[in-house]
Amino acid sequence: MGQQDAPLIATDIHKRFGEHEVLKGISLEAHKGDVISVIGSSGSGKSTFLRCINMLEIPTSGDIQVHGETVKFRQTKKGERLPADIRQVEKMRAQLSMVFQSFNLWSHMTVMENIIEAPIHVLGVDRKEAMDRAEEHLNRVGLWDRRDYYPAHMSGGQQQRAAIARALAMNPEVMLFDEPTSALDPELVGEVLKVMRGLAEEGRTMVVVTHEMAFAKDVSNKVMFLHQGKIEEYGNPKEVFNNPKSERFKQFISPSY
Amino acid sequence: MFDLEGYGPTIFGGAIVTIELAVLSLLMALVLGLLGALGKLSSNRLAKGVATFYTTLIRGVPDLVWMMLLYFGGQIAINQIFDFLYYEFGIDYYPQFNEFVSGVITIGLIFGAYMSETFRGAFMAVDRGQIEAGKAYGMSNWMVFRRIMFPQMMRHAIPGIANNWQVLLKTTALVSVIGLADMVRLATEAAKSTGEPFKFFLPVAVVYLAIAALSDFTFRQLNIKFSAGVVKG
Repeated sequence: MGQQDAPLIATDIHKRFGEHEVLKGISLEAHKGDVISVIGSSGSGKSTFLRCINMLEIPTSGDIQVHGETVKFRQTKKGERLPADIRQVEKMRAQLSMVFQSFNLWSHMTVMENIIEAPIHVLGVDRKEAMDRAEEHLNRVGLWDRRDYYPAHMSGGQQQRAAIARALAMNPEVMLFDEPTSALDPELVGEVLKVMRGLAEEGRTMVVVTHEMAFAKDVSNKVMFLHQGKIEEYGNPKEVFNNPKSERFKQFISPSY
Repeated sequence: MFDLEGYGPTIFGGAIVTIELAVLSLLMALVLGLLGALGKLSSNRLAKGVATFYTTLIRGVPDLVWMMLLYFGGQIAINQIFDFLYYEFGIDYYPQFNEFVSGVITIGLIFGAYMSETFRGAFMAVDRGQIEAGKAYGMSNWMVFRRIMFPQMMRHAIPGIANNWQVLLKTTALVSVIGLADMVRLATEAAKSTGEPFKFFLPVAVVYLAIAALSDFTFRQLNIKFSAGVVKG
């Protein structure tokens, strides 16, 4: 299996905050078109793992490979691990769009400006072209008529859909979702999940940290259950949900059954 | 009516000096304030130390004392430097330390310290998530600063900058003690020679008030510009 087929490979990721080891060796391989749901209770390390993938947190050890290129690290005199080449990290991040729990749309820019910002300034796309493409993405998330709104003037669901359009505009290798529906009012969760389901169906590669069991079960093709910084269960959602091997995972999913 | 027994044109010429002095001092204070704030927020211990020393030192000594210290001290320093050049290299050139330059440096240094605090608070008010989003989309630190942090910080900084500017404007009156012919100095001279202080100081007060009113308007426009996208509570 060639590396072209696996746009994202994370190997044996450890993360330690002081004395506390949050991640104890997590590996993940995302192939083209994979939709991997990462689930687990609060404090299981699932968000930290996602943030390690795009280096918002620097893993204490372990490797990350994006599109065949491995991120290089260096060790400081104090033994701290830092990226060896920040340009490489920036290039790598531009291929991994992230959708945040709290949307994090840039509040001083309109929806349109949010979407064209990184394509123009990071990827060097021409402004006219960036705007044309942005209109397509706005159409698909159903926000074309809101393109000149500021984030603060929209509902949470609309903001998150705009954030997804911003992520799509990077034409990313892999999309990372960090609990994209956790900050939404219950009645707004559906519209965001619908957009995400559409992305999965068109073959986007996605890693989704989520509490939405229905999404994990029905939309993703792989499920990873984390518990106390370790992978407790991993596999095809049908098998995993129907025949859980781990006691913890059984407990975790039982209330919803 | 603005003739003021012949002193009018001179005094209003002094108003131009006041405005030039204030604007240049403001520019210097803004640059120093930004650097000071970045220093204070830096993880680099030296930068933090220098910035903290600067703001503590400046704010702990009265403005008037700084004015005297830097003007007379500046002249002495310049003399010593050019003494050295004369004796060592035979360069026979003694510049006069200019009151205007001295005034700009002093006021710029003083208000740079106050601006540091304004900017520091404004930077801290920017939501971390906004910066993370910039990084997550492949922006360099400089681009995150320029495109996201700075414009978002400014919306928090504008009211503080406006406030500092109003105080700065009035502090320029202190330059009259080092002999710079600003509005206040010229009015003082006119008042002394005619024995009619009100005739001269009232127009001066009105000019200060007019500048303040104009700046208030300008800052309100700036505030609108930088507050785009903010929901008003």
